[in-house]
Amino acid sequence: MSQPRNQMMNYIREEIMPHRFCPGCGCGTVLNVFTNAIDNLKLDPVKMVCVSGIGCSAWIPSPYFKSDTLHTTHGRPIAFATGVKVMRPDLKVVVIAGDGDVSGIGGNHLIHAARRNIDLSVFMVNNMIYGMTGGQVAPTTPTGVKTSTTPHLNIEPPFQVAELVAAAGASYVARWTTYHVFRLIKAMEEAITKQGFSFIEIVSQCPDNYGRRIGLRTGVEFLKMFKKQAIPIDKARELPEEKLEGRIIVGKLRDRERPEYTSELHRVTKEQVDKIKAEQEKIS
Amino acid sequence: MGFNEDRKRYLAGLEDKTYFMLGDEACAYGAIFAGCDFFAGYPITPASEVAERLAEELPKAGGLCIQMEDELASMAAIVGASWTGGRSMTATSGPGFSLMQENIGYAIMTETPCVLVDVQRSGPSTGQATKPAQGDMMQARWGTHGDHNIIALSPNSAQECFDMMQECFNLADTYRTPVILLMDGEIGHIRESVTMPALSSIKPAARKMAKPGEDVFGGEELVPGITHYGMGQNVHVTGSTHKANGMRDVTTPHVHEALVKRIYNKIDDNREKIIRVEKDISQNGQSKIGVIAYGATARPSLGAVRAARDDGKNIDFMRLITIWPFARKQVAEFAKNLDMILVPEMNLGQISREIERFVNCKVVSVPKIGGVPHTVEEIYDAITEVAS
Repeated sequence: MSQPRNQMMNYIREEIMPHRFCPGCGCGTVLNVFTNAIDNLKLDPVKMVCVSGIGCSAWIPSPYFKSDTLHTTHGRPIAFATGVKVMRPDLKVVVIAGDGDVSGIGGNHLIHAARRNIDLSVFMVNNMIYGMTGGQVAPTTPTGVKTSTTPHLNIEPPFQVAELVAAAGASYVARWTTYHVFRLIKAMEEAITKQGFSFIEIVSQCPDNYGRRIGLRTGVEFLKMFKKQAIPIDKARELPEEKLEGRIIVGKLRDRERPEYTSELHRVTKEQVDKIKAEQEKIS
Repeated sequence: MGFNEDRKRYLAGLEDKTYFMLGDEACAYGAIFAGCDFFAGYPITPASEVAERLAEELPKAGGLCIQMEDELASMAAIVGASWTGGRSMTATSGPGFSLMQENIGYAIMTETPCVLVDVQRSGPSTGQATKPAQGDMMQARWGTHGDHNIIALSPNSAQECFDMMQECFNLADTYRTPVILLMDGEIGHIRESVTMPALSSIKPAARKMAKPGEDVFGGEELVPGITHYGMGQNVHVTGSTHKANGMRDVTTPHVHEALVKRIYNKIDDNREKIIRVEKDISQNGQSKIGVIAYGATARPSLGAVRAARDDGKNIDFMRLITIWPFARKQVAEFAKNLDMILVPEMNLGQISREIERFVNCKVVSVPKIGGVPHTVEEIYDAITEVAS
């Protein structure tokens, strides 16, 4: 008996399936959620450009999502996406990349894009490790965790990336986990629709290169942990900081209106064009 | 984008006029005349005037000009912009050029047309920020990792800064590759007359477009047609080794070999179409000594050659306008009857070693670093020392 075709396959470059994600990886979930969000919004992928960097989660759009794609150098997808977006404001430009890519090597591009509030949707898959290179410590790895480059345990505190991006000026910021798939679909829809810089931190699992070091060998074990650790932002606000130790604050951190960079850039450019036009009309 | 009504209206106010301006500013106006749609940059001496002038003028022609957070991002943004079909560029100096190497490699591997201006200053590292040099000649050639070719041009006047921007964009679009205007700080900050051309004389090269469904990264031709974003072709652009259809294949040896060799050969096989040199041969054709120079150094070099001729010496002169691909055939031809070639450069002999590879005569480097260009006397002395 053959399985009915999943209609989300319409959004996938089917010819290169099967995908290369490890068993239990969260990237498949994110790809599934992303296609559902696009489907719900009835967005035409022809009107989209997906940009990614280097790392496992970069593969979510590149090559799997069937749209124009730009698979860039490590850490730079937001900078590449900036060039695409300002030139084609009519296209939806989405960046899907990992925590190492976006908050490590590319951290500067992230905060400046948020500050400019450019209309990009950035979905950062945070698996708390450099997975593709074999499990080295990331800026998001919790303190005390053993990784291949912190064999004597990680002495650094992790970045709170969603809070960082909210402080930098983004219009929309949320954090969910791969356990919260329906919340995540909704959040992606909101982020893609939002005018301005929108950012979702998606806490995800890497059973192979992170899980085995913290004693979680399957994706399911991770999801159970995320479920237990998650605390809605409204509840978290009522608790003292020490009670939030080891918890993942989920929900919408920011949803606000701020001037958007691309439209501002085109506004000032048009003003200059109009000035020249007026001057020439005066002469003739 | 390109030469729309807004741009034509703006350029109509400038065409056929002569202005007194910096080499950097000439470069900015040259870019607007060349149809530049997008500039992204980061401030750096002595290239900031390119960004400042474009920030002022490019929007008047309907183009977009933005400042990014660093040079990595600037280079990334112009590659992104190029895939929407726009002509895009950045400008920097040595330290920023070093940072751009990462995404120059990306532009080469993805065959993205774009233009970089490097107004060279004294290095290594921060070096002498305000002093000119020609120390990036080899960085332009080999700065980014892996086997590749590059196109780089070297202007020796403000007028050439203006004119060569059109040439750079045309070469970039023709060969689907990044092109470098390899200026030096002396030319960037020289102030000279620049004549703007008539609009009707501007002939921008068009990118060859792929037919719908056609491979964008390979096929029969050395330079495949391109597809832009938003055209419904689901084009997949990656800096990883890829097949003709753009899809990654990072393990099959012949896929990598075919891709990298084609990208290399598309410039190598067209070198005679790309390369420009300028020769000034002594009238009786009896010279045994020649001088080869480029950029700012070409000016005192020619002055010294003329002074030596006034003294009755036979000296030949050649200026390299195209630095990369290297004019090896032209240099070999120039050297055929010479005993010796002098190569004054504002570095410790980067191009003189390249010349050595292609000639049978002696090559004498006349290096000068420290931020002060060669004088005519210094080069004249170098000539008389070997000619006496």
